[in-house]
Amino acid sequence: MAYVAIADRDQHLHDPDTFITKYIWSQDHKVIAIQYGGVAILVGVVALVLSLLFRMQLGFPDTFSLVDPNEYYQYVTMHGMIMVIYLLTALFLGGFGNYLIPLMCGARDMVFPYMNMLSFWVYLLSVIVLLASFFVPGGPTGAGWTLYPPQAISEGTPGIGGGILLMLLSLAIFIVAFTMGGLNYVTTVLQARTRGMTLMRMPLSVWGIFVATILGLLAFPALLVAAIMMLLDHLIGTSFFMPEMLSMGASLDFQGGSPILFQHLFWFFGHPEVYIVALPAFGIVSDVLSVHARKNIFGYRMMVWAIVAIGALSFVVWAHHMYVSGMNPYFGFFFATTTLIIAVPTALKVYNWILTLWQGDIHLRVPMLFAIGFIFTFIHGGLTGLFLGNVTVDLPLSDTYFVIGHFHMVMGVSPVLVVFAAIYHWFPKITGRMFNEALGKMHFWFTLLGTYAIYLPMHYLGILGVPRRYFAYGDTDFIPESAQTLNAGITVAALFVGASQLLFFINVIWSLWKGPKADPNPWDATTLEWQTPDTPPKHGNWGHALPEVHRWPYDYSVPGEEQDFIPQTEPPHAGVVAGRDHGVHH
Amino acid sequence: MNVSLLFAALAAAILVWFFLLQHLKTKPWIEQGVIEQHGAVDVPASRVGLWVFLAVVTSLFGLFTIVYSMRAEFPDWRPLPDPGLLWFNTVLLILGSVALQRARGAAGKNDLAGLKRNLTTGGVLTIAFLAGQLIAWQQLTGDGYYMATNPADAFFYIFTGLHGLHMLGGLFFWGRATEAVWRGLESSSVTEVANVRLRVELCSVYWHYLLLIWLILFSLLLST
Repeated sequence: MAYVAIADRDQHLHDPDTFITKYIWSQDHKVIAIQYGGVAILVGVVALVLSLLFRMQLGFPDTFSLVDPNEYYQYVTMHGMIMVIYLLTALFLGGFGNYLIPLMCGARDMVFPYMNMLSFWVYLLSVIVLLASFFVPGGPTGAGWTLYPPQAISEGTPGIGGGILLMLLSLAIFIVAFTMGGLNYVTTVLQARTRGMTLMRMPLSVWGIFVATILGLLAFPALLVAAIMMLLDHLIGTSFFMPEMLSMGASLDFQGGSPILFQHLFWFFGHPEVYIVALPAFGIVSDVLSVHARKNIFGYRMMVWAIVAIGALSFVVWAHHMYVSGMNPYFGFFFATTTLIIAVPTALKVYNWILTLWQGDIHLRVPMLFAIGFIFTFIHGGLTGLFLGNVTVDLPLSDTYFVIGHFHMVMGVSPVLVVFAAIYHWFPKITGRMFNEALGKMHFWFTLLGTYAIYLPMHYLGILGVPRRYFAYGDTDFIPESAQTLNAGITVAALFVGASQLLFFINVIWSLWKGPKADPNPWDATTLEWQTPDTPPKHGNWGHALPEVHRWPYDYSVPGEEQDFIPQTEPPHAGVVAGRDHGVHH
Repeated sequence: MNVSLLFAALAAAILVWFFLLQHLKTKPWIEQGVIEQHGAVDVPASRVGLWVFLAVVTSLFGLFTIVYSMRAEFPDWRPLPDPGLLWFNTVLLILGSVALQRARGAAGKNDLAGLKRNLTTGGVLTIAFLAGQLIAWQQLTGDGYYMATNPADAFFYIFTGLHGLHMLGGLFFWGRATEAVWRGLESSSVTEVANVRLRVELCSVYWHYLLLIWLILFSLLLST
């Protein structure tokens, strides 16, 4: 088998002997994963602090003057862009994708280790370029994270000097980095699986990351096209997106461009982007639930089909972000229909998670708590998505806090809970040490209840008609006094949630330093990454020989077996009829 | 809009098609023991990597052509004259592609002289193509067609520029393949020969694909 040979070919591995080749210019997927994850979390903290700053303004408009209106828009923009792309996309694919794919598939490393290393360094460059925009005259762009033209590059929007240029440049660099990483993830899954690891024996984490990567590879070019064309509009004065405009009574040089064209391109990327983040989260949460409920995942095949179906459908729903831009009613009908159809495979996944828990031997350990928390927040975010998917309901709600509530529930809190579930779940394997359980549980409850306190009231504010994007509301006829009280409450909750993340960082630092040594397989899990000869796994992952896979990844609580889990590497037990006829291929 | 829907459907279809190739009906929870994967793609990783990359390239250029045809429907669209030089450049690129194909054939037959000759010819023709594109740019700017003159001009520069950048990237790997050929001549070990063959093959595939893209772009530029 050629791919087995590749997976086990030793000359593919460089030989790190110095500190620098081992930990800095490393080609080891595990080190690259930690580098990706570290940078992503770091830049995520920046975005978190930005959100706290503008929440102070929103909650207490007359008390604090931390931000002026321009900075408000700049911080909102940077918060959104960083969280969606530089944190979540990078962390799920660059971080967990890098760490988990080779280990879960039984490979020694990614198939193109050098390109993998390059991917991280180019990603770091994109982050540096992005953050540099805080230090140029005029500051970062304040165009909103969707960067709609014409306002993104028109006089009056903050950051139209260096800010927007650096943003577009940084996105282009990020896309290059992602493409190099993505080529690795897809090819590794296809070509470097160990003997016996069929596609339908891969853990759902790998399935989620794999399909998400394909989505990213096909969707990110749309953002690149949009970024290149907007750069040219801004720098050279082409008229791709810029219509004829009057500014201060004078006609600008632009003529005949179409801002709607940009929106199509942006959302052709933007909607798959939602699933680029969601699919890995779906996969990881499935694995965490199954392990800690000591039960096989309910409906594994259906879960795989649902991931693929969601991935495919995600390319034909993008215009539901553009209902308010105006469109042919038939298009609106089409996109509302496809949007609601996505609810079917998604709901199927939710049912299967719940049925996995049903009558399980549930261990409420920290990763499990976060995974179950995810089910709650995802159901809430998903249901409000049904509201917004309908054109007639979306129109009045689109510019209100309802959208903020929905979006943060489904794409902010939910994936972040999975990120924490994953970090706590794999922490013992990655670091070789256990974290503090009590601190972890505290972190979970503060985060879950705190985020509910932030986002549930936003739905109410939205239905009340409180518009989003406003720096301050002043006196209006339609917003009651009490709405401002609610706003203040939201801000207090946000500060609380922000502060409780310190528990996480304290826990990680303390555990790295003083945590008890971890068992190689503390959760009694079946998948390959828990069966490595060393913990944390050494360079090359598997010692002398690659593991051989004899069963699917969810053999938990198999009737008649002594242990309540059977590792994937365990050969068939006596009396069990061995699987499919090996020679026959259908 | 319709075109973009079509494109989206295509992308989705590729995903589903790939999945259908796999064993939809397997019951992984029942089967035990090592399953040999006869259906699995039995090819070098770099070949798969190249095809995945070509999918990304397709997405990029496909989206650009969609945007092009959408933008071309607006009333301010002023097509620019098609420089005759482009025909000449196109012929150069076709010949380059042919030369690399012949290099691939020569590598398969262990014809080292033919491999060296054709590989070099292919590279030189491609460099000539790129130089020709630059001259075409000069001619157009000389006639007053700048990027900001009209979206039609801007698209012309974007298409040729982006395609040229991809060719440059190809030339980088062509350079490495050429280097491997010369090194392989000295060592002539079995793995080196296989390595050389694979490199030359991947170059030729990439060249054919970029030629195809260029032909599509060129006909698109001619049609408006």
